[in-house]
Amino acid sequence: MEFLLDGFRDGILRALYGDPQVLSAARVTLQVSLSSTLLASVISLPLGYLLATQRFPGKGAVIALCQTLLGMPTVVIGLVVYGFLSRRGPLGFMDLLFAPSAIIIGLVILLAPVLIVFAMTALASVDNRIRETTLTLGASTGLSAWTLVLEARFGLLAAILAAFGRAASEVGIAVILGGNIEGYTRTITTAIALESMKGEFGFGIALGVVLMSVILVTNILVRLLQKS
Amino acid sequence: MHCSVDKWIWAFFFVLPFMVHSSSGKLGAQPLIKLATSTSTDNSGLLKYLHPTFERMTGVKVHTIAVGTGKALALGRNGDVDAVLVHARAAEDKFVADGHGVNRRDVMANDFIIVGPRADPAGIRGESDVAAALRRIAEKKSRWFSRGDDSGTHKKEAALWEAAALEPSGRWSASLGQGMGKTLLAADEKQGYTLTDRGTYIAMSAGKKISLEVLVEGDNRLSNPYGVIAVNPKRHPHVRFAMAKKYIAFLTSEQGQLLIAGFRMNGKVLFYPVNGDAPVTGHGIREPS
Repeated sequence: MEFLLDGFRDGILRALYGDPQVLSAARVTLQVSLSSTLLASVISLPLGYLLATQRFPGKGAVIALCQTLLGMPTVVIGLVVYGFLSRRGPLGFMDLLFAPSAIIIGLVILLAPVLIVFAMTALASVDNRIRETTLTLGASTGLSAWTLVLEARFGLLAAILAAFGRAASEVGIAVILGGNIEGYTRTITTAIALESMKGEFGFGIALGVVLMSVILVTNILVRLLQKS
Repeated sequence: MHCSVDKWIWAFFFVLPFMVHSSSGKLGAQPLIKLATSTSTDNSGLLKYLHPTFERMTGVKVHTIAVGTGKALALGRNGDVDAVLVHARAAEDKFVADGHGVNRRDVMANDFIIVGPRADPAGIRGESDVAAALRRIAEKKSRWFSRGDDSGTHKKEAALWEAAALEPSGRWSASLGQGMGKTLLAADEKQGYTLTDRGTYIAMSAGKKISLEVLVEGDNRLSNPYGVIAVNPKRHPHVRFAMAKKYIAFLTSEQGQLLIAGFRMNGKVLFYPVNGDAPVTGHGIREPS
């Protein structure tokens, strides 16, 4: 165990003293996971609302599809998006590959089903009579939707935090689409994968602790917002 | 008071992602090239040691994507990078012949070695004929670990088994699909044999991560030359060809070659420049002068 502890102590010290590599990996991680959570929420939460409140043909199939996509391996998302973003692919001309934006695109695809399914569950678990009552009381559709969202806010927030955690801890998408370029697309998870490849296990675990701290701080900030 | 704290937190969530984007997303106007390379050049620390000088001299930033020779060449074929630095001579020549790359230059070399446990159950220590050593490992069904990832080292291993007129198959051999570092670690854990480039072996044993020993070395077939190739701008007009040429010129320049020769780990040279005037030893590897 000593070989792990030495590297671990070294890694924690490097993080505490603001080692530029650790800091830049933390910055890139925050950058791509916050952006992708934000974008995916904007796209997915309304879809989750539709699935929870509306009836339409094929709804069951859409739900089944989203639930299946929850199990999509991140490397597969990475490869498919690579196919589109490569110079040989249809979007190659945009020159997005091996940049943070490529990772964000992959992460949005990863997070969308997570947010749709969990938002749908959170919204559907609110007593439907609340929405109906507001509508009979003459509230506009918008206002009744807002009432429903307020009722389900804890569940929705949990969905967003789960999505953020998934984005921050993901490695397949980040390494295939980002290329693990130091100081540019190297996230904490791809740095861990690299350290483990080099046999620096202790340092890898220390980076894992840094990642958990980043997620913890984000969660605390969200709780502070929730309380106010 | 309470409210102003909230404002900061909101700013953290909604402004920060975009702020960081504008500062690092496009990297301003700084020119850059994308280099796909084998894991051995990057994991050893060589590129991190070379690139700052190149970046200072030319103002061109190098984005290194370390993936293994097979994938590096695939990225070059797809036009996703501007240059490749790899080690698989036959595959490199095919890459150029097929029109994917131009301006191929030799950069440096080290050698492959067969490493294994101190106990050496197959008794190959000191064998000068690498094919004979492999045959003995297969005869004794000693544990053999293959990279199995289409890397330069894997391609070399396949050629050596072919030279031994054997195929590593059966329970004694394992194809890992992992990088060199991980394969060395696995061979060390299971006390088996593997083929490795000397650079990664030195880097891994310098950190006392493995206790495997060098058992076979010096056969001419174990030479490990590295080449750099620019992606063909005729096939991929968007590539930064002028900067890729600058990069190739730097690696093969006197200064680049001296830098490579000066890169040491635990006092050991990891890569020998090809344009040095150091004496050539028996197995085609130059000793540092």
